[in-house]
Amino acid sequence: MISLRSGRPQANAPPGGTREQDTPRSFESLTACGPATHLAACYTSPMAPELSGGIRDRLREWTYALGGPGTRARLEKLTPPRNEYGVDPYGFDAEYTVAAVAPLLWLYRRYFRVEVHGIDRVPSEGRVLLVSNHSGQLPFDGAMIEVAFLFDRDPPRAVRALMDTWVPTLPFVSTFMARCGQVVGTTENCRRLLAADEALLVFPEGTRGLNKLFKHRYQLQRFGTGFLRLALETGAPVVPVGVVGAEEQAPALFDLKPLARLFSFPALPVTPTLLPFPLPSRYHIHFGAPMSFEGSPDEDDEQLEGKVAQVADAVRALLARGLAERRHVFW
Amino acid sequence: MSAPAPDLAAPVPSFPGMPRTVLVTGISGNLGRALAKLLHTETHVVGVDRRPFEGKPKDIDHHQVDLRKARVEEAFRRGQVEAVIHMGIMHDPRMPFSEAHSFNLVGTHKILDLCVRHAVRKVVVLSSANVYGPRPDNSNFLVEETPLMAADRYSDVRDLIELDMYAQSFMWKHPEVETVILRHVNIIGPTVKNAPSNYLRLEVPITLMGFDPMLQLIHEEDACRALVLALRPGLRGVFNVTGPGEVPLSAVMKELGRRPLTVPHFLLRPLVRRAFEAHLTSFPPEEVDHIQYLCVVDGSRFAREAGWLPRHTLRETIRSVL
Repeated sequence: MISLRSGRPQANAPPGGTREQDTPRSFESLTACGPATHLAACYTSPMAPELSGGIRDRLREWTYALGGPGTRARLEKLTPPRNEYGVDPYGFDAEYTVAAVAPLLWLYRRYFRVEVHGIDRVPSEGRVLLVSNHSGQLPFDGAMIEVAFLFDRDPPRAVRALMDTWVPTLPFVSTFMARCGQVVGTTENCRRLLAADEALLVFPEGTRGLNKLFKHRYQLQRFGTGFLRLALETGAPVVPVGVVGAEEQAPALFDLKPLARLFSFPALPVTPTLLPFPLPSRYHIHFGAPMSFEGSPDEDDEQLEGKVAQVADAVRALLARGLAERRHVFW
Repeated sequence: MSAPAPDLAAPVPSFPGMPRTVLVTGISGNLGRALAKLLHTETHVVGVDRRPFEGKPKDIDHHQVDLRKARVEEAFRRGQVEAVIHMGIMHDPRMPFSEAHSFNLVGTHKILDLCVRHAVRKVVVLSSANVYGPRPDNSNFLVEETPLMAADRYSDVRDLIELDMYAQSFMWKHPEVETVILRHVNIIGPTVKNAPSNYLRLEVPITLMGFDPMLQLIHEEDACRALVLALRPGLRGVFNVTGPGEVPLSAVMKELGRRPLTVPHFLLRPLVRRAFEAHLTSFPPEEVDHIQYLCVVDGSRFAREAGWLPRHTLRETIRSVL
């Protein structure tokens, strides 16, 4: 059984959870000075990969405060395998995740004010492939989907997202991702995780979707077929996911491709904000009904295209619904 | 496997059909001596090494000869060798590359050739999981079929890759010799003096700022037990050999009570390069990859087919370098 409790006395955080109005002083000071100081404190220190004890405790309390009543009890239902050093064989550390997720949860609750629809359609256990549209220049959509599974679902579920092979070359980011359970998106990794009945989040559009220009918003880019081969091979159901709102967080006017190549970035979009920090558009995440597919994973691409198109259509339908239902981009 | 399960609790794996005479190359090294200590109570051990064997138990025959020399054959001629454990493989980054290359490849070729000529039933070759190499695009668990890409980033390990591949082609060409190639994860322990052990023994080890890869370690005694287990009749193939699990580098440092010096990765490589060139360190700059990227293997095949289980816990294994 994993313990998400920290060693120190929990006077500040009653086990029943904390309501916003009786938020203890320490949380107020945390939220008042905003996440920037926090991020600066935690992620620029040389000890960041480990998150020193004090910072970890404060972050964890921030997570419980933001999560609302019952968050702690709910998160304690997360019981990934762990060795005596607190990690699973992939390097996922649930205790670290609960602490390190706090700034993302702040984005989720206060900044993007994410609204989740139909998350209970995703099975609580067993292998599953979540297939989502991808947008927003920086992959906050992936992070928000994962936060939704931790904080807006009971029991929570740790979802593994796949990262690009250049992420492991980035200091701090690589460690943060690994401790939060993310893996490099190799076929071998996907097979292994699905065989172990885990939930996998994939973006078949890849950077084509993530770094598209604002004028192409909500137009699904070409879906790769790899995810469907995986679904056929492992018998995992596919759950379509539509994220509305991420497109508007960083409207890209144009993409400086030559400069991107110079820095070996996947893309270098130019947005009105110029800074990588996104605009506070409201997110709506829609989950569709699970789809199961039958057939051989070794079919030709042409034969698979039909099935891939079914999934893409399902995502497109969720996007259309989400766009029709939302009242405004920002609220 | 049809053979009865080996006794896993025993300090030395025991199984029916233990070869009566086992020739061990590279027996005078620290790991070789540890293996000899385990094995000589179970069977007759013949050693071959160009170095003298200090503290040799009386019942071991030692031949002090270079593996590349014709005189090696004497060791085979004299005593009905039934199995060979080939661990006479050099990993010294200070050695001129041509010397290491010749010693490792010509030596291996010679030994495998003699195995065929003297009708040796079983050959166990000690390769290493480092043949895959730490890389940013590695899967979290590398299976035995993964391409051996280590030389892509560190060309001086290509002799070790060639050796592994040579042993593999030997395995297919000579089905009459049961060949086992073992790719151990980082072997550490109280006596071995390889790069991972030396690194963990540093008072102030250097780590890379913002990088904390998962590591796999195996205790030297477990490494030797795996070599003995591979002698089991019927076992054949290429196997990753893992210890008691995976652990982040930072947790290893904490367990050892070290306070590592963290350096940004773009500074460390040039620094280590200068230091290596000036003979201030024995770590070649390419080894920095090991504390930056993943090189973690899937050891389930050896566990399944040979019944492998390490005896030392993760904590014992880490603390064994102290």
